[in-house]
Amino acid sequence: MHLKQGPQNAIRSVLLSVLKRDLILAFRRRQDLINPIVFFLMVVTLFPLGVSPEKSFLQQSGAGIVWVAALLATLLSLDSLFRADFEDGSLEQLALSPHPLFLIVLVKVFAHWIVTGVPLLLFTPVLGIMLHLNGEQIYTLMLTLLLGTPVLSLIGSIGAALTVGLRVGGVLITLLILPLYIPVLIFGTGTVEAVSSGVAVTGHLSILAAMLAFAVVMSPVAASAALRISLSS
Amino acid sequence: MWSFFHKLGSPKWFYDISGRWLPWFAVVAAALLLWGGAWGLLYAPVDYLQGNSYRIIFIHVPAAFLAQSCYIMMAVAGGIGLIWKMKLTDVFLKAVAPVGASFTFLALFTGAVWGKPTWGTWWVWDARLTSMLILFFLYLGIMALYSAIDDSQLAAKACAILALVGVVNIPIIKYSVEFWNTLHQPATLKLTEKPSMHPDMLIPLLIMILGFYCLFAVLAIMRTRNEILERESRTSWVRALVSGGGR
Repeated sequence: MHLKQGPQNAIRSVLLSVLKRDLILAFRRRQDLINPIVFFLMVVTLFPLGVSPEKSFLQQSGAGIVWVAALLATLLSLDSLFRADFEDGSLEQLALSPHPLFLIVLVKVFAHWIVTGVPLLLFTPVLGIMLHLNGEQIYTLMLTLLLGTPVLSLIGSIGAALTVGLRVGGVLITLLILPLYIPVLIFGTGTVEAVSSGVAVTGHLSILAAMLAFAVVMSPVAASAALRISLSS
Repeated sequence: MWSFFHKLGSPKWFYDISGRWLPWFAVVAAALLLWGGAWGLLYAPVDYLQGNSYRIIFIHVPAAFLAQSCYIMMAVAGGIGLIWKMKLTDVFLKAVAPVGASFTFLALFTGAVWGKPTWGTWWVWDARLTSMLILFFLYLGIMALYSAIDDSQLAAKACAILALVGVVNIPIIKYSVEFWNTLHQPATLKLTEKPSMHPDMLIPLLIMILGFYCLFAVLAIMRTRNEILERESRTSWVRALVSGGGR
C-alpha cells in the first residue's frame, strides 16, 4: 500500500502524521498545555499590581505588557519542543528517515504554535479589556500576535534544537533566543502604539509579515541543522 | 591560493606561521594606536559644536566598527567551519567571541560617556544603542553555549549556527540610524560618499580604526594560538614544543 504512493504523497502523509502525533501528545499532557497560559495570565496580572493599576498607564502600556508576557510564555514552553522526542529516541528516528528534516521541524513548530500560540491569542481580548484597551487597539494587538507568535515559535525552535541535548537547556534557551526576539517585540508593540496615535499601521504589519515569511523559510533549516548536531553527541 | 586555503586546515601550520606574524602585527598596532591616539586626543582641532568631548570618537567609532566586523568574521568562520569542516575556524570562533564582546562593551561604554555631555543622559532607548546591546547579548549567548556543551567539536558547530542566525542583527545595527529617526547621529564614515569631517579629524580616526583592526589581529592570533595548544595538547608536535621550549 505504502509502496504504491508517490514520493509527494509519502511526504504529505509523514508530515500529517507528525502533526497529528504532536497534537495528540500535547492534549494528553494537559498540564503542559495549561501551564504557559496560566503563566501568561499571571505575568499580565503582575503589571497592574506591581507598577500601577491606573487606567491611563494600562492603556498606554497594555500592548507591551501582553507582548512581553506572550514572549515569556513562549520561551517557557520551548524547552519541551524537542526534549521528549529526544529522550525517547523518536527524534533520532525522524532525523534518520529519508524525509527532509526541516519540513518535519516546520510541522513540529506548527504544532507547538497551535498548542501555545493560539491559546494566548484567544485570551488576548479578555486581557485587553482588563487593561482598558479600546476595541481598535485589541484588534491590532491580536493581528500583531497572530503574525508575531509564529515567529517566536520559529526562532525559538533554533534555540530548542541547539540545547536539546543539554541538562541546562531551559535557562540557556532564554539567553540565546531573547536577543533575537527583540525586533519582533519592537514592531509588535510599535504597531499598537501607532494605531493608538492614529497613524496608518500597514507598514508595521507588512514588516511583521515579512519577518514571519523570513522565519518560515530560514529557521527550520537552521533548527534542523542544529538538531543533527545535538543528535550526534 | 588554494594551497594556502588547504594549509589553513592545519593547526600546526597556522601556529608556526602566526608566530612569525604576531610581532609584526603587535608593532604595527602599537604604532598606529599611539600615533592616531596622540593626534586625535592632543592635536586634532576642537569641534565647534561639541568642544573637546567629541574626542571620544577616536575610541568609540573604532570599537563599534570592530564589534560588528568581529561578529561578521565569526559568522563567516562559522559558515566555513560548517561547510568545509576546518578545525581552525572552530578554534577561531571560540577564541574571538570574548574579544568581540569586549569591543561591543567598549563601544557601549564610551557611547554612554559621550552621551552624558552631548545628550545630557547616559542611556537612551534609541535604535542604534538597543541594537548594539542586542549584539552584546548575542556574544554572551555564544560564549554561554560554548561553555555549556562539553564536546568542543559539537560546541563549535552549535555556535557556528548561532553566529549565522544572529548575523541578521548586523544590518539592523547598520541601518538603524537611517530606518528610525533617533537621537544617535548618522554614520560618521561612509564608503560611498565624501566624508563630512575635517581631514585633521578624519585622518587620525582612520588611523585609529586601522590600529584597532591590528589590535584585534594580535588578540585573535594570541587567543587562537593558545586555544590550538590546548586542543592539540595530545599531539606530538605540541609535546615537542612544550618540552623543547621552542617557539
